[in-house]
Amino acid sequence: MRFSIFNKKILKWLLILSLITPVGIILPEFFKAQDAWGEWGTDTIKELVGYIPSGMEKLEGLWKAPFSDYAIKGFDNGIVKLSFSYIFSAIIGVCICILLTFFALKLIKRNEKNA
Amino acid sequence: MHIPDGYLSPQTFVPFYIVMIAIWKKAIDKIKKELDLKNIPYVAMGSAFSFIIMMFNVPVPGGTTGHAVGSAIIAILFGPWMAVISVSIALIIQALIFGDGGLTAIGANCFNMAFVMPFVAYYVFRFFQKRFNKVYLSSFISGYLSLNIAAIVTAIEFGIQPYIANEGGKALYCPYPLKIAIYAMGAEHLLLFGFVEGFVTAGVMYYFIKNNDESLKIKAMEDL
Repeated sequence: MRFSIFNKKILKWLLILSLITPVGIILPEFFKAQDAWGEWGTDTIKELVGYIPSGMEKLEGLWKAPFSDYAIKGFDNGIVKLSFSYIFSAIIGVCICILLTFFALKLIKRNEKNA
Repeated sequence: MHIPDGYLSPQTFVPFYIVMIAIWKKAIDKIKKELDLKNIPYVAMGSAFSFIIMMFNVPVPGGTTGHAVGSAIIAILFGPWMAVISVSIALIIQALIFGDGGLTAIGANCFNMAFVMPFVAYYVFRFFQKRFNKVYLSSFISGYLSLNIAAIVTAIEFGIQPYIANEGGKALYCPYPLKIAIYAMGAEHLLLFGFVEGFVTAGVMYYFIKNNDESLKIKAMEDL
């Protein structure tokens, strides 16, 4: 991958944004804000409506993501550890998104030339 | 706006998967024809930008949280079909690796944030840009409106669940009816999160115009 000056500037900004992602958990904590609407776990749903819908109960645990909620296992309690998890997840996510999108687009364009 | 597993019934999430596969196919055709090789690294970074901006949860004090999506600015700069692919990739990574958004809901989540949103953003931007020729204002309105429309579409998907999937008066999936879902999601996006997306869209536009050393063309400004 060859990067132009502008590319490098954007990469630098993506790194800066990665390092300040803990703002995204500290602010909600400070303002005592809860989950996004419609993204509650089944415990919260039970509190809110009095029961866990049966279909929801079946589907809810379908997928165990390796870094569920952007947290590393063992680094998910307390705001400091969570912040560390968050930065780690941000950097991983940024790298995967760039690489996947870059090679997907390259692949699509190359197939066109061969066609 | 990331619908988790368990909120949508199969009769909802399966059709959305089918629709999205058709949209992804169309996007690939468009990329083959229209994508300038020079733009590839930028679209890839657009995907990363979308990924990361969604981690910045903005609180409604004492209430819920929400965030910008980044779809609007990607659509304006590189065209809505590039946003379809790059934001879909960000959403799929979020679901698979970080459990943000359900596996079953990938189709619906991509439909809302990587299809509805970029297309609304693109055409809203062009509409305002053509009439008023104020690029930052057009960007802001584009971000604000597109996030709100995407939120309303998401709320409709949530809100139809109690009607189409229930047993003995109890919902099987999302328990909230249309009115509540639209009211709740509409209000928080109209009053707060829409502004966040608006500022993100206008802010990135400013940065892009200031730093554009490769004379990249802004897709939504073509033939205006």
